[in-house]
Parts: sequence; C-alpha cells; structure tokens
Amino acid sequence: MAIKLPIYMDYHATTPADPRVVEAMLPYFTEHFGNAASRNHPFGWEAEEAVEKARKQVADLIGANAKEIVFTSGATESNNLAIKGVAEMYREKGNHIITAVTEHKAVIDTCKRLEKQGYRVTYLPVQKDGRISLDDLRAAISNETILISIMTANNEIGVIQPIAEIAAIAKEKGILVHTDAVQAVGKIPFDVNALKVDLVSISAHKMYGPKGVGALYVRRRNPRVLLAPQIDGGGHERGMRSGTLNVTGIVGFGKAAEIAKAEMATESARLRALRDRLNERLHKGLDEIFINGSMEHRLPHSLNISFAYVEGESLLMGINDVAVSSGSACTSASLEPSYVLKALGAGDDLAHSSIRFGLGRWTTEEEVDYVADKLVSVVTRLREMSPLYELAKEGVDLSTMQWEVH
Amino acid sequence: MAYSSKVIDHYENPRNVGSLPKEDPNVGTGLVGAPECGDVMKLQVKVNPETGIIDDAKFKTFGCGSAIASSSLATEWLKGKTVEQALAIKNTDIVEELALPPVKIHCSVLAEDAIKAAISDYKKKQDAQGQPAAGATTQPTA
Repeated sequence: MAIKLPIYMDYHATTPADPRVVEAMLPYFTEHFGNAASRNHPFGWEAEEAVEKARKQVADLIGANAKEIVFTSGATESNNLAIKGVAEMYREKGNHIITAVTEHKAVIDTCKRLEKQGYRVTYLPVQKDGRISLDDLRAAISNETILISIMTANNEIGVIQPIAEIAAIAKEKGILVHTDAVQAVGKIPFDVNALKVDLVSISAHKMYGPKGVGALYVRRRNPRVLLAPQIDGGGHERGMRSGTLNVTGIVGFGKAAEIAKAEMATESARLRALRDRLNERLHKGLDEIFINGSMEHRLPHSLNISFAYVEGESLLMGINDVAVSSGSACTSASLEPSYVLKALGAGDDLAHSSIRFGLGRWTTEEEVDYVADKLVSVVTRLREMSPLYELAKEGVDLSTMQWEVH
Repeated sequence: MAYSSKVIDHYENPRNVGSLPKEDPNVGTGLVGAPECGDVMKLQVKVNPETGIIDDAKFKTFGCGSAIASSSLATEWLKGKTVEQALAIKNTDIVEELALPPVKIHCSVLAEDAIKAAISDYKKKQDAQGQPAAGATTQPTA
C-alpha cells in the first residue's frame, strides 16, 4: 500500500477529530443550536440534554460523577482555573504551592503569576528518568502548602508521574492535588478515585475530539473542593465557569471520551507495539541514540530520542515529509532548547538533538517503517558532515573540550 | 520556518563536506561554536604554497540547515581566493546570498568566524615554520 505523505507523527500536539466525533457534532451546529442555559423552551432543553449526556461520557472515562465535570475552553483554562481557583479560595489556609519544573507552561506560568501576587511556589526537580522524587516532595511540603500540581504524563517525553503515590502523601497532610492529565486521559487507564486526585485538567483535542473544549474535574466529596471562579458572568457550570456552553464542542468531547473508553485497551496495545517497533528499528540502524525519560513509566504511543551529534532542526529538514517535533532551540520561538529535556540533566547538546514521536489512532506499520528508515538515512548523512561525530570517533571527549560559547 | 531555495540546495547537496589533514602546514583549521548552543562548524582551507591561493576548502557542521548552508557556501567562496581575499568575506554577504532571516544571522556570523579561525590557524603554522604565510602581508591575524 502506498504511503500518503506527509506522515503525521505529532499526536502529542493535537489529534484529528475522529469522524464519529464529527458526525455526532454536526446536528448541534444547525438543527439543535439552542443555548443550554435557555430553560424555558425545547431548543434550550435539547442543548442541555446533549451537554449532560456528554458530561456523563467524560465523567465515565475518568471514573468521576458527572456533577464533578466543569467544561472549559481547553486544558490551559482548566489549569488556570484549578491553580488560581484553589490559591484564591484557600488563601486563609496557606500560600504555598508545589509543582515540577517539567510541567506544561499553562501550569508553570500560572504559578509564576501567583508568585507575583505573594504566593510561594516550589518547582520540584526531576530525576534522570523524568519523574519527581517522592522524598523531594515530602521535603517540600510545609504547613502553608495548599496545593500540589503534578502532571500525569509529560507532553514532551511521555513520562508518567507516580500520581497515586503523590496523592497519598498529599492526603496525609490534607493538601489538595491537581494533575494536568491532558496527555494521559483517553490513552491510559485513569480513575480519579483510584488515584485520589482532587482536580484534573483534560482536553478534547488530544483525544480525537475538537479543539477549543476541555474540562476540569472538581472533586465533590472527600474532600469537597471549592474554587474561586476566574471568569465572571452568568453563573454557568455551577458558578465555577461562566460563559455560554460550547454545546457542539462538548458533544464532540463526550463522543471522543466514549470512543476512547471503549477502544483504549486495544488501541494502546497496538500503539505500544508500533512504538516499540519504531524504537527497535532506530536502535538497529544507528549507534549513539538515547531515549529521553523512563521507558518503563511512559505513555504507550510516545517516544523521545536524542540523536547525538546531529542538530534537531537540520534533522527535521531532512525528514520534511514527516510531522514530528524537536527540542532543538532552533525550532522554538524562544531560541532556547527544551526546558523539559534540560531538566533531565542530559546536557543541552542532547536537547538540541532530540525528536519527539507521537503515534496515534491512524498510525500504520508502513508509516513507522518509513519514518524509521528515513531517519536512519538522514542521521547517517548528517553525521558524516558533523564535526562532533568526527571528533567523537577520533576518541575526543566532547564534554571536556573547550568551546567558544557565543 | 520556510527556507530559501538556496539554503535547501546547500542542505541537500552540501559542497565540500569532509576533512583535510590537520597536521599539513599548508592547511588551516577553524573550529567554532559550541554543542550546547546547537551549532559547531569546522572549516579548513588548504593554501597552495606556490601561489598563495586557497585551492581546497572543506567543512563539517553540526547545526541547523542555515548553519550547514552558510558553511557550505563559505567553502565554495574560499576556493580560488588569496588568504587576504578570504578574510574580506563578511557575514552579511552570506546573509544576502542565502536570504537568511534575522533569527539565522548568527549562522552567518559563525561561518565568518570559522573562516577567520581557519586562516589564523594557517598563519600561525606558517609563522611557526619561520616563513611568512604565502600571500600574506604582515597584518595581524583576526
């Protein structure tokens, strides 16, 4: 079968909507266009019914009660609402928040803003495998700590944090736990009661739903979590998030959640096999390549590899019919290499040389083989023109060389 | 980011990739940049002792497409030039030729530094041998 180019292997960034999701959404653009907050006519009732069905579908995916789901515009808003909402509501109790250096910017920058407002934030380091140390967490907790916010799975390296253990430590001290579970929900089993988390951010477009819709799980029992709303208005979503509901998007989100729940077991097994095939093929074809982060605690569809002695952007240029991401500074707006990879302590040079592969629902074995073979040939070609590869082959230790840093 | 057709051409068909013997007294080697900054260039020139003309130039570059193109272009330009003419190559000439966007200007600066470093190494070797570098005036090295 001929491969269709370009190949999309950047499923961490976003996913296409599943055609079944689109089909479910379509009537809600036209026929059933009502405002879910219109309580006095059938147009509103239809919309409300659709929203409540979706709320149940999303709740079911994470083992929650439908009443604990607050719809938002996406996970960035969910993260903002969770962290700022708790910080404001529990200000009397304390002013300290614990998070990690590898969190998504929507968490880091939210915490940075709170620091400006007088809150104290601890950014836990990560170990070489990308996971935080539970001892570091215990040591960081103070009487002032009100919230621990640690992501379930990292967007760059796919590493899964020990959320249940983190939550157990937090519970002992009566501290709330928020997790940005955008990359994990719908991909691996996730149950709010098994994990004992209090706030969970989710996004539809990372799980084959539409963009522009997300949710925040807010625990209602043991403990009942209170949030100060961050958007004021008509008091929608039980006062926690005002704004007319994105009925169409929410319907799609619900359908996407239902499909993810039904197909997760088979899909994750298939993607794990493909991911491992990609990894093995790359390792067979190339020396000196390094997996970034734990392989054991990793999303099944995720792989992040540094190709030593080759710069990431030039690598992407050589595989321009494959859509992937790099931690190279040259591919970021900030011209800084990935802060997540730097946090692993692998060295900036390996951050510059990294590629993130995200496999997904429509990734095929043929695509995996094509991408692996193409990478092997491009990396080989670029190494032939890499002065670093030449020096390393001559036995020079690059880490002890004196470089002129400009 | 969109690359100019010239950058793509140099990336896909780099000119003069390779290495010249470092110990050869007529070869000058420049190694500039740093791995943690995401670009390192090695540029070498071989000067004909009879004519003082650079008759061979080679490069190896770790860096983005624009860095590879800048060094590839530099080796093309170096061939056939005297040492003094080589020192007159400016990074802005490279920027113009390759239509580099502002965020890639540092690649051209690095290429100019690599040229200067290679020539300086060549001159140092010639001085060590107690003979003036072929084609060189007494101008101090850059």
